[in-house]
Amino acid sequence: MTTVERPGTASGLLGAPVLEIRDLSVSFTTEGGTVSAVHRVSLDLAPGEIVGMVGESGCGKSVTAMSIAGLLPSSARISGSVRLRGTELVGTRESVLRRVRGKEIAYIFQEPMTSLNPVLTVGRQIGEVLQVHERMSRPAARARAVELLSLVGIPSASKRVDNYPHQLSGGMRQRVMIAMAVACGPKVLVADEPTTALDVTVQAGILQVLRDLRDRLGTTILIITHDLGVIADVADRVVVMYAGRVVERAQVTDLFAHPLHRYTAGLLSASPTPGKHAGTARLQEIPGLVPVLSSQPDACTFADRCPAADSQCRDSAPPLEGVGTGTALGAKDHLAACWHPCPAPRTQPEETNL
Amino acid sequence: MTPQPNALELEDLVMHFGPVRAVDGVSLAISQGRVTALVGESGSGKSTVGRCVVRLVEPTAGIVRIGGTDVSHLSRRQLRRHRSEVSIVFQDPAGSLDPRMLVGDVVAEPLRLSGERISRRDREARVARELGRVGLRAEVARRYPHELSGGQRQRVSIARALISEPTLLIADEPTSALDVSVQASVLNLLADLQRDIGFACLFITHDLSAVEYLADEIAVMYLGQLVETGSREQIFTRPAHPYTQALLAAAPVADPVRQRQRQPVLLGDDLPSALDPPSGCRFRTRCPLAFDRCATEVPAQVEIGGGKAACHLVQPDGTRPDVRTADNSEVLS
Repeated sequence: MTTVERPGTASGLLGAPVLEIRDLSVSFTTEGGTVSAVHRVSLDLAPGEIVGMVGESGCGKSVTAMSIAGLLPSSARISGSVRLRGTELVGTRESVLRRVRGKEIAYIFQEPMTSLNPVLTVGRQIGEVLQVHERMSRPAARARAVELLSLVGIPSASKRVDNYPHQLSGGMRQRVMIAMAVACGPKVLVADEPTTALDVTVQAGILQVLRDLRDRLGTTILIITHDLGVIADVADRVVVMYAGRVVERAQVTDLFAHPLHRYTAGLLSASPTPGKHAGTARLQEIPGLVPVLSSQPDACTFADRCPAADSQCRDSAPPLEGVGTGTALGAKDHLAACWHPCPAPRTQPEETNL
Repeated sequence: MTPQPNALELEDLVMHFGPVRAVDGVSLAISQGRVTALVGESGSGKSTVGRCVVRLVEPTAGIVRIGGTDVSHLSRRQLRRHRSEVSIVFQDPAGSLDPRMLVGDVVAEPLRLSGERISRRDREARVARELGRVGLRAEVARRYPHELSGGQRQRVSIARALISEPTLLIADEPTSALDVSVQASVLNLLADLQRDIGFACLFITHDLSAVEYLADEIAVMYLGQLVETGSREQIFTRPAHPYTQALLAAAPVADPVRQRQRQPVLLGDDLPSALDPPSGCRFRTRCPLAFDRCATEVPAQVEIGGGKAACHLVQPDGTRPDVRTADNSEVLS
């Protein structure tokens, strides 16, 4: 099922994958029984590429992200493999993981305020990372913190470095989080819904910072979001998750031009997009809900909500594979886990200016 | 044709929470059966406007008229008669439904509060009808809110809001807590109900793209004041105010080819505080087009293309600024 990835084409970068995820599965034991959150996810991240992971709540995208550097609680049962430039991370000792986190793989989360310490200046917090991982002296760390703050687009960084988190706006705080995350020059930045808590005019700036990091430092970025607009804006490649499984994977333009999986197509037509306005037209709905699974059945888990489902879908799980590779259906590295992929390119709704 | 009073009229509405000037002079009118979207980002005061209308908070100053009646100066008791005319749906259905009440009782609550004498059978019939109207089965009445999904709970909130047959519905971010696919079904439902029943609606949201399917008029709010109002067509195709233009430009479209061709408009992200709003035009600290006059003089609402915009660069002859042409390096540095 594993196929050779084309490395990040948008940036024209080549090379061995920085991060290789193979057959990653995660389940949790709760009072209500076992919950299978992630099921056999495989994904390679090439150097300097931005991969978007998209899906609705409960699809397993955050759990996948957290399991990369071992951030899940001990109640999580993890199997499969995550290799960072060849080094296995799943099941590795905590002391090893602690060196990896921050230095090699860094995270930013949705809510910057809860991730920042309210009683330390932002300069101290960024400096701390450098003192711990890079053994920098305090003055040197502070000077570097100022550089990092201007790198992420904070005006008058030499003054802001002495601010406390509450003195900054939400967008500024997220920039501080990014500065802290990239302080040690990590190979991989995992951004879990980095702009969801922010206003749309602020979001644009944060996405610009992420793009700049990739362009200037060559950081590989895995961005997790429910917002297809964000994906369309920054991602080179897209992974669509549904009920713990990867259901589609493609270059960003291929995915939007011709979604193969019915869930992807449904998500695309359910998103209101300005300019695609249709007066009295309705938004496409996807009936039903994302199922919570105690075990992963040998079936397509989207079948109950799918307009094209038949007995084959309910009797066997479709593999993630190239659909009609090289033919009219789907581009070369466009994979979907669907027995009945969408036939023709999605017809573009007529653009009216009214 | 006798002129019908507007479903809602706000005249110079002001709401200060101590030193926080959350709403600072908002005037707005919604005709019967029309939908106005009140759009703004966090801290703009849009939700406070909605709360003033249903008098969850007592406005500091200004007038709220519902169906022509000034309700801002009514006593609590006098107000009760007008309660059935206006309903509100909140963002988080989990937080706005009493977890210990059966769904049927939740939906029937406004009938009980109206003091209307109604037999149990009639009440149950009306609850069932209301649940049916929002696409839920009548059996749901015997369930508790926690047994329902987020989308179903929001449908219950809508049923509760509509059972008193209000002439005005305040919808405060009704779909923002929902997933994309569920959001679509709730937006469709609201649009259908509005068309069928014909209530007027103030739809409060931070998401311009969500209102394109619903709104007749759009009012854009920034830091306690309206910066622009106009028809949906006008706001989406010929936005006059730099802030409206920036909002439209900032929302990424779900189409990578188009999205990457668009010219980004980056505003500084240091939002001024409602404790101490900037002098003159409140948007000037983030506006790429701001000039001296913006700091000293509050811009008046200028009529443009059937709508209004409060910007010194907007002229009644149709001249309007274009924020994309601005050199915004200064604002960002």
